[in-house]
Amino acid sequence: MSTALLIARRELFGYLATMTGWLILGIVLLADGLLFNGFAMSGEKKSFDVLQGFFYFSSGTTMVASIFISMRLFAEERQQGTMVLLETAPIGEHVVVIGKFLGAWAFLLLLLALSGYLPALVLVNGHVSAGHVAAGYVGLALLGAACIGIGALSSALAKNQILAAVMSGTIIVGLLLAWMLAKKIDGTLGDVVGFLDLFDQHYRAFSRGTIKLASVAYYLGLTWGALLLCTAVLSARRWRA
Amino acid sequence: MIEARGVHKHYGEKTALDGVSFSIARGEVVGFLGLNGAGKTTMLKILCGLLLPTAGSVVVDGVDAVSDPLALRRQIGFLPDRPPLYGEMTVRQMLSYAGRLNGVAGSRIDARVREVLALADLEHVADDLVETLSHGYRQRVGIAQSIVHEPKLVVLDEPISGLDPAQIVAMRGLIRGLKDKHTVLLSSHILGEISHTADRILVLHGGRIVAQGTEAELVGGGGRKKVEIVARGRLADVEKGELLRMAGLTNASAVDLGGSQQGLVRLRASFDDDAARERLIKTLVEQGFGVRTVVDLESDLEALFLTLTGGGATPASSSFTQPGGVA
Repeated sequence: MSTALLIARRELFGYLATMTGWLILGIVLLADGLLFNGFAMSGEKKSFDVLQGFFYFSSGTTMVASIFISMRLFAEERQQGTMVLLETAPIGEHVVVIGKFLGAWAFLLLLLALSGYLPALVLVNGHVSAGHVAAGYVGLALLGAACIGIGALSSALAKNQILAAVMSGTIIVGLLLAWMLAKKIDGTLGDVVGFLDLFDQHYRAFSRGTIKLASVAYYLGLTWGALLLCTAVLSARRWRA
Repeated sequence: MIEARGVHKHYGEKTALDGVSFSIARGEVVGFLGLNGAGKTTMLKILCGLLLPTAGSVVVDGVDAVSDPLALRRQIGFLPDRPPLYGEMTVRQMLSYAGRLNGVAGSRIDARVREVLALADLEHVADDLVETLSHGYRQRVGIAQSIVHEPKLVVLDEPISGLDPAQIVAMRGLIRGLKDKHTVLLSSHILGEISHTADRILVLHGGRIVAQGTEAELVGGGGRKKVEIVARGRLADVEKGELLRMAGLTNASAVDLGGSQQGLVRLRASFDDDAARERLIKTLVEQGFGVRTVVDLESDLEALFLTLTGGGATPASSSFTQPGGVA
């Protein structure tokens, strides 16, 4: 685990020591602020609705940010020739994947923490519970983890970062639209497809301040599954690369 | 130290390695020589656990590359043709990270980084960002990174590629210095580099080892140098004066040049040392030949390499006699 944390620290350092990391932070925080002012705060609204609106819009920026944060995880290392450092170290592929995931997720959590002043304004000036804020952020963190997991898998598969971003974006949009497909399918299969929905089925409850265990399990399972596949992809490269 | 037996590697239909077998003893510096695409990098990657062979076995210090890849990687330090360095880190941070990643204990890492910084002569750039370093320094950091965890085997893929002459000399010294503590395997398509640095040479061509041995063993004549001299004079004068015998040469030839070079004679000879070359030139001048040009020809090792790899003509022209010459 200490090696995974070592890799995670370097990954986090990599975001903070390069322009890309700061660009992602700046653009997402700006978008959060604009969406908060432009939509969440527009018109006469109760504090609860403003906060729910904030978490609704933040989910979009979090998913987009996750795609851009994770696209570099493996594709950039391969492009720059630094992947060999990890591949020749006496550690398993799963350690590399966990380390990189934790580093990327830590960066996303930093981004989410920096957006905290917006719900804090609602908390101080309005009538909402701290639990609502906490549940919303738990939802964003879990949604972000799942998207970074998908991004890590795409980055391991793709030849370059652009392809990785396109691939993870496609998978995420597919999961966002699962509810539409579920409506067309009857019976158990329709229920299963509906359960796979990334946003409507699972995230909305968090944005309203409710934590559903089934949704927590869904996000954790999705993250775990993506990272497991990512590990398999890296292992397979030793055979065919 | 290294035992490779019948190593095959296929990429789909393409065969990169076709039954490669060799042994390397502890403390040797061995050069992998081959043209681009000969399979050098594939073999090195298999040795480092980056790739798995399609068939065959590789054992490094008793550790099997296929059945225990993690233990294998502990034994090896690898510098690929492009050093795996993070530009945003300082040299010290980079070495510390590489060391920790390869299992150097936290309590030991600072001291070990200081040691390799001194060994690779990097102390004055230790706190510089890697991205600000020249190519030569990056190669040095790459080598330092490959030995920071004190591996038994150091594998260097084209370590002098892209370096200027001064950097090449410095890099040779650094690589030779590794021999004290490590077994070193380096690859290159630059023959001069291999012959300067390695104790023994493995020639790889078309995915097979086509020759191996020391440079002297390979050329069968101790690495003799060939020279071509063009001088004003005639072949008849060379033969009449028994000039080549006077210069103490038994393995040389002479021929009259015709056409626009009428009146010139071309001599080709091989020497064990520069004194013999100077003796021939002095004899020519004393006998009234006007020496126009003296040109070093390809070394016997180069000729052998070209022959083995099908990349050039036979090692010597038909008129050139080479005692114990190459097969």
